[in-house]
Amino acid sequence: MDSATSDARTPLGASADNGLKIVVVGGFGVGKTTLVRSVSEIRPLNTEETMTKAGEAVDDISEVRGKSATTVAFDFGRITLDARNVLYLFGAPGQERFWFLWDRLFSGTLGAVVLVDTRRIGDSWYAIDRLEHHGTPFIVACNDFGGQTYAPQQIREALDLDPHVPLLDCDARSRASAKQVLISLVEHVKNHHGPQSGRYDTQVPAPHQELAL
Amino acid sequence: MSRPGRDDSPDRLYTLTGGRTRSGPDSPFDLVTLVVAECDPATGMQSEHAAILRITEHPTAVVELAAELKLPVSITKILLSDLLTAGRVSARHPRKADLDPDVLEQVLVGLRNL
Ligand SMILES: Nc1nc2c(ncn2[C@@H]2O[C@H](COP(=O)(O)OP(=O)(O)OP(=O)(O)O)[C@@H](O)[C@H]2O)c(=O)[nH]1
Ligand SMILES: [Mg+2]
Repeated sequence: MDSATSDARTPLGASADNGLKIVVVGGFGVGKTTLVRSVSEIRPLNTEETMTKAGEAVDDISEVRGKSATTVAFDFGRITLDARNVLYLFGAPGQERFWFLWDRLFSGTLGAVVLVDTRRIGDSWYAIDRLEHHGTPFIVACNDFGGQTYAPQQIREALDLDPHVPLLDCDARSRASAKQVLISLVEHVKNHHGPQSGRYDTQVPAPHQELAL
Repeated sequence: MSRPGRDDSPDRLYTLTGGRTRSGPDSPFDLVTLVVAECDPATGMQSEHAAILRITEHPTAVVELAAELKLPVSITKILLSDLLTAGRVSARHPRKADLDPDVLEQVLVGLRNL
């Protein structure tokens, strides 16, 4: 009977009534899960979504049976902000072949953090393209792996970053640093994508696309 | 019945949802919709439904439920739709934060207080 609550869950308070989402994207091994873990009040949990080729959440089990579906795993953490608001952080791989899945999975997100390893800058190009296309506000955080350091301007150029997009350094292992990344994102959303910015008109779903299975 | 392990074989999913299928495009559930039980689990209930009612004794996001049940999110949503229709759970849907400067400010305050 009790087995469904085996792990030590930390339940939300009874008054929690508003879930919010922030997505952390980036290439393999760039520190997405580490960043989520640094600020999460729960151990990051893993779950998965089953998607059809058309990029929609499975709404017909026969599609699962027919193998026209694929499964995408993602992890997430949680931050209780106050008595009502709860923020969920999603770590999502930035590879091209996953993107139309994220488009659906993360619609309605507050914004995104693009984590960049400056030794592999190209890994984040596609994620940035998608976010721009979608009109999702984002910031870029360079995770410090102790490699060569670059001037911010060099990184901006390599990423072809719009000048208003914040670029900062971070250490995903540090709670203070991860917290600052999230604050920077929300400040950016507030300043540049507030109610008057008109971005809601631009949230058109991307036309999609085949999934290479 | 014991808690199901991670087994996403199509046949298991088919069985769980009675072969039904809708949860997709017009599902009322977001990943972060908070679900709250409106009744206790009863004997004879499908074990997943009973598990959901136990977990949602406290508000629980759809994505947390899926992780806990070790089921794909879409299947979890189908199970939740059953319970919602039957009035056994209620759903607290996310407010549109980007349309609401007050919520953005609350998020900032919450983060700064971490
Ligand atoms: N030096 C350094 N190492 C880090 C930092 N952040 C993460 N790492 C390490 O990098 C490795 C990968 O980190 P993860 O958080 O698993 O990366 P990820 O993006 O979730 O990886 P995938 O989900 O596999 O794509 C781990 O060994 C981390 O300890 C950082 O800021 N500095
Ligand atoms: Mg990871």
